[in-house]
Amino acid sequence: MGDVLVLVETADGAVKKSTTELLTAARRLGTPVAVWVGGGCDDAAVSTLAEFGATAVLVADVPAEHPVGPVADALAAAVAATAPVAVLVPSTADGKEAAGRLALKIGSGIITDAVDVAADGDRVVATQSVFGGSTIVHSTVTTGIPVVTVRGNSVAPEAAPASCERRDLAVSLSPSSSLATITGTTVASKGGRPELAEAAIVVSGGRGVGSAEGFAVIEALADSLGAAVGASRAATDAGWYPHQYQVGQTGKTVSPQLYIANGISGAIQHRAGMQTSKTIVVVNKDPEAPIFELADYGVVGDLFTVVPQLTNEIAKRAD
Amino acid sequence: MRIAVCVKQVPDTWAEKRLRPEDSTLDRESADGVMNELDEYAVEEALQLVEAQGGEVVVISMGPDRAAETVRKALSMGADAGIHVVDDGLRGSDAIATSAVLAAVIGSRGFDLVIFGSESTDARMSVVPAMVAERLGWAQLTFAQKVEVSGSTVTVERVTDSGFATVTASTPAIVSVVEKINEPRYPSFKGIMAAKKKPVEIVSAADTGIDAAVVGAAAAWSQVADFAARPPKAAGVVVTDEGDGGVQLAGFLSEQKFI
Repeated sequence: MGDVLVLVETADGAVKKSTTELLTAARRLGTPVAVWVGGGCDDAAVSTLAEFGATAVLVADVPAEHPVGPVADALAAAVAATAPVAVLVPSTADGKEAAGRLALKIGSGIITDAVDVAADGDRVVATQSVFGGSTIVHSTVTTGIPVVTVRGNSVAPEAAPASCERRDLAVSLSPSSSLATITGTTVASKGGRPELAEAAIVVSGGRGVGSAEGFAVIEALADSLGAAVGASRAATDAGWYPHQYQVGQTGKTVSPQLYIANGISGAIQHRAGMQTSKTIVVVNKDPEAPIFELADYGVVGDLFTVVPQLTNEIAKRAD
Repeated sequence: MRIAVCVKQVPDTWAEKRLRPEDSTLDRESADGVMNELDEYAVEEALQLVEAQGGEVVVISMGPDRAAETVRKALSMGADAGIHVVDDGLRGSDAIATSAVLAAVIGSRGFDLVIFGSESTDARMSVVPAMVAERLGWAQLTFAQKVEVSGSTVTVERVTDSGFATVTASTPAIVSVVEKINEPRYPSFKGIMAAKKKPVEIVSAADTGIDAAVVGAAAAWSQVADFAARPPKAAGVVVTDEGDGGVQLAGFLSEQKFI
């Protein structure tokens, strides 16, 4: 079996869960080889990569002040060094852009937002869930080495310990990679909640929440479950909740284990961002709301009585 | 300042979309075509920059005949001129080919900035702006929630998972914008009338100088093997709150081992 490159994502120096998902997916196609871009690849990181089956980690210590371009250069260098059978990249904004640039550099087709990958002989078949999860598509790359971006929370990470060797990867930056420079970063407060795209549980509010203050009941439920908070387009457009938490066709696509939609009617615009969630719970006072069609469990009622009661009950059961 | 805005006509965001059984491409005829919503923010941003600093906004769209409506909409919002890249040979082009065509159209026309929406609501790949930057060798300033231009320096706030990064580069640059950046204007009656007289250049695949063999569905570097409608979800349980809805819901979550 050939090598399968996996671009490592980190947060605060640690390997993110998305990487363990990609390493798991990579084992379906071949032998995972991790690509680490930037500094900080310490023993703890290498041991996490090894635990999920990486046989090597290629460390490309490129400057961090330029977005995207150097990552694509590092991936291209890793492709040249390993001649892999596929390249898997997380389906984040940065990941997709780096994958797109890589595809051009190495003359390969690209598939984005895969929810799974499989080997079919020597072909790589990617599964995508498109049009808000209404259609399942199997796609293949017909030219070059398949570059596939994989959506977070789609593949359940499974450990498969391997011995992981750390190797330095020499990268020559393309002239255009250093044209844009990051001069600062601003961290928005997340209130200690998990990242929306990675969270196992997402609690969302929509038009029915009625105001910015109304989101306090959504946040309280989220915190009782260790969940991320999401919002529908109606709520972010109204300015009740920050835009980066929008779930939907023009916002983030999430696929958590549990999605709790509160006061959200369920227009296609929203369903497109959450329809593939494993379990969907709905609280809405309108029994005709289309979101109930997706519900594994629905409560027709006022979210301002049902949600606080649920939050209370969770606290009681935790005691 | 000369700004190009790339816009795409897509099926109405609120319509159900489907693939055509015969060639696995998006059925664009069964739904109304509208300007990709995120591109409206790109048009608005270009108009605001030119209104503040002077210059010209040229809207570029690659798409079938009916995409002319989308070019016209951008003109009615206030763009000065349009370029419509239309050719049967382009049908079914993937992102690789689309970026090649757009780069060829943009490359030789002396633009300082090219602004895109951060993704289309149909394909949702978000890769074309980065690919066009890669092809042209221009700076990439994408996923911007704010754009500032001062002389030949462009500074954007790039949205990240944790907040934003401030990123700066010199023109020419490729920018993509997210929807929180502005509030797109509605075309006024006057704007709609004025748009009828604005020039729209029609460009064929051959005019771009790109080899016909590298565009269109047959040349795509990835292809759909098969597709199927997602199996319908089994109907769930819906209860009406009679004072204990939250407690009942907790019961369900407990059964499912979430709490």
